[in-house]
Amino acid sequence: MTVTTIAGRDVHVDAEGFLTEYDEWDDELATRLAGQIGIDLTDAHRRIIAALREDYRQHGETATLRRVTTLTGVPTRELFALFPKKPAKKMAYVAGLPKPRGCV
Amino acid sequence: MTTTTTAATAPTVVPDFDADTGRKLAIICSKGTLDMAYPGLVLANAALGEGVETHLFFTFWGFDIITRSRMGALKFTPLGNTATHLPQGLGGLPGMTALATHQLRRQIADIGVPEVPEFLAQIVASGGHLWACRMSADLMHLTEDDLYEEVEGIISATDFIEKTDGAQLLFI
Repeated sequence: MTVTTIAGRDVHVDAEGFLTEYDEWDDELATRLAGQIGIDLTDAHRRIIAALREDYRQHGETATLRRVTTLTGVPTRELFALFPKKPAKKMAYVAGLPKPRGCV
Repeated sequence: MTTTTTAATAPTVVPDFDADTGRKLAIICSKGTLDMAYPGLVLANAALGEGVETHLFFTFWGFDIITRSRMGALKFTPLGNTATHLPQGLGGLPGMTALATHQLRRQIADIGVPEVPEFLAQIVASGGHLWACRMSADLMHLTEDDLYEEVEGIISATDFIEKTDGAQLLFI
């Protein structure tokens, strides 16, 4: 576990750079995290991130891509458009959550 | 990896999600039972989620996975499958295949994994490519009209090998 500085504040991250403390995240940080991986956050992104965080709060586990589609009604294609290439990991990163553990 | 350094804390590590590795995966699905359909679909889905270009080739019994009249009704039998740890004689009893299929289908649904047709749709939506085997189509007298609409084409084994040049390959 490492402490690093993002958006002018100290946060805990793992070896890959994913935030490890749920409560250290906020919208400003999300914007910065997204920017670091080349994503300009829009409301569409934010709605998904909010759903992901809420689901994690309730279940203690990061939603897989399929679960995100089920939770938000956002189709798979659109998730790939908003978070290209590795949507599940990118969403988790921006949401300040661990990588999803599930297979599907 | 991009790093920025600040005085008091460790450098910020940013995951490199977009590195173009050029990785390709070819999955040959040759079995049409419920339990043998899923491994290929799960792995294809995982690869696509990692940005890997993925092609699935459905051949022989695997053709059932993309045949419209059968794809929603794949079966599972304990007969000849010692991994179920049931007495083998039991597997041959009337109704056992239906029972085992029902049970497995429910277990799959319980863990949030979609049924085969929906799973294929998800794979296609994630950018996956579905191909049907020419020889199997000829053998079973099936045409594109009989197949799941997202199958990109009925192609020869040679065509598939060409399309997946440089790919890692899984035969299931």
